[in-house]
Amino acid sequence: MSPFAALFVRDFRLAIRVGGGALIGVLFFLIVVTLIPFAMGPDLALLARVGPAILWIGALLASLLTLDRLLAIDHEDGSLDLILTARVALELTVAVKGVAHWLTTGLPLVIATPLLGLLLNLEPAATGAVALTLLVGTPALTFIGLIGAAITVALRRGGLLVAVLVLPLTIPVLIFGVAASNAAIVGPVRFGTPFSILCGLALMSIVVGTFAAAAALRHAME
Amino acid sequence: MRLFGSDLACFRGGRQVFAGLSFTVAAGEALVVLGPNGVGKSSLLRLLAGLVPRSGGTLGLEGGDPELTIGEQAHYLGHQDALKPSLTVAENLAFWSDFLGRREDTPAALAAVGLDGIAQLPAGYLSAGQRRRLSLARLVAIQRPIWLLDEPTTALDTAAQARLAGFMEQHLAGGGLIVAAAHGPIGLEAARELRLGEPP
Repeated sequence: MSPFAALFVRDFRLAIRVGGGALIGVLFFLIVVTLIPFAMGPDLALLARVGPAILWIGALLASLLTLDRLLAIDHEDGSLDLILTARVALELTVAVKGVAHWLTTGLPLVIATPLLGLLLNLEPAATGAVALTLLVGTPALTFIGLIGAAITVALRRGGLLVAVLVLPLTIPVLIFGVAASNAAIVGPVRFGTPFSILCGLALMSIVVGTFAAAAALRHAME
Repeated sequence: MRLFGSDLACFRGGRQVFAGLSFTVAAGEALVVLGPNGVGKSSLLRLLAGLVPRSGGTLGLEGGDPELTIGEQAHYLGHQDALKPSLTVAENLAFWSDFLGRREDTPAALAAVGLDGIAQLPAGYLSAGQRRRLSLARLVAIQRPIWLLDEPTTALDTAAQARLAGFMEQHLAGGGLIVAAAHGPIGLEAARELRLGEPP
């Protein structure tokens, strides 16, 4: 197996086994989104109107929940030292870890979205639009979060700091994710306009996040 | 192959750990770094592996692969075992041998450290000594010419220490070189000593 395939398989296994973070994120997402209708009351029209925003906030918080451990745990058990002595580019290593993390924590959120759309009284078309924006937007959240995870890697209990560092950076993704969802539901803007910007933000986050996280890791080891 | 450092200095957190340190290790030689706690033995090994920046002096490797850094040609065995408790013994070793080199004969390496009987056990159930032996299996499974060992005998029983000495003899006989930090003998007869923290 190539080094990157091996790393991907390892991170995937770690996430889905006992103590991994794969289920935590999606369960947290389910709980947060389920709680909101109880807090807001049974106003179906209101729920349908704020539904996309609730789903996006839920996904944002859920995707950050397990991210702080992604690199910190490798630092604590010494794996990061060995990763740095491997004959591969640290940027690619970070990118592979990001992809594995997204597949185990971001993608389940997208899959859970249709179920939660029912709870929020969203039309099937609207649910589809939200799921599509989350499919494009969650990789951006993961890779922006990687930067925070890399910066706080050497800190004990850096989890809250990750959230404080990362959440402001996710605002553009959140704006265009919710805007694209609302465009599909009520208009008047065409869905494609904010959605294209969201796609652009996602691609940019993947590139910038990978290089920034690798640079932060190198700095943190010093 | 020859690994040499001259006038090496290391600062951590604004404090000087050591300075003016010089040594040479040639292929087939072992250097044991001795000294009291906190004198910079671990920092020296991490510096050699490229995990800690060098504050001064020169560090070089003659006869190595010029495309690779010293760290990329070295096995670094630190205090932590770099094992994942939820992966099995075999999966842990297979991952590192894939990631750090080509997949070598990992079952043979597990047999060499005496863990072949529990290859399918999650690493979380291992004792400290077994974890250490699994880390050592990495050194046996993947060929790298430089071994940087930080107190390699920690937690090992007498039989495992003898095995480790055997691995090191074999590595040296094959033209490798070893730099080890230790507090006592590590089982190598011919090892040279480098004492830190004492007046020259």
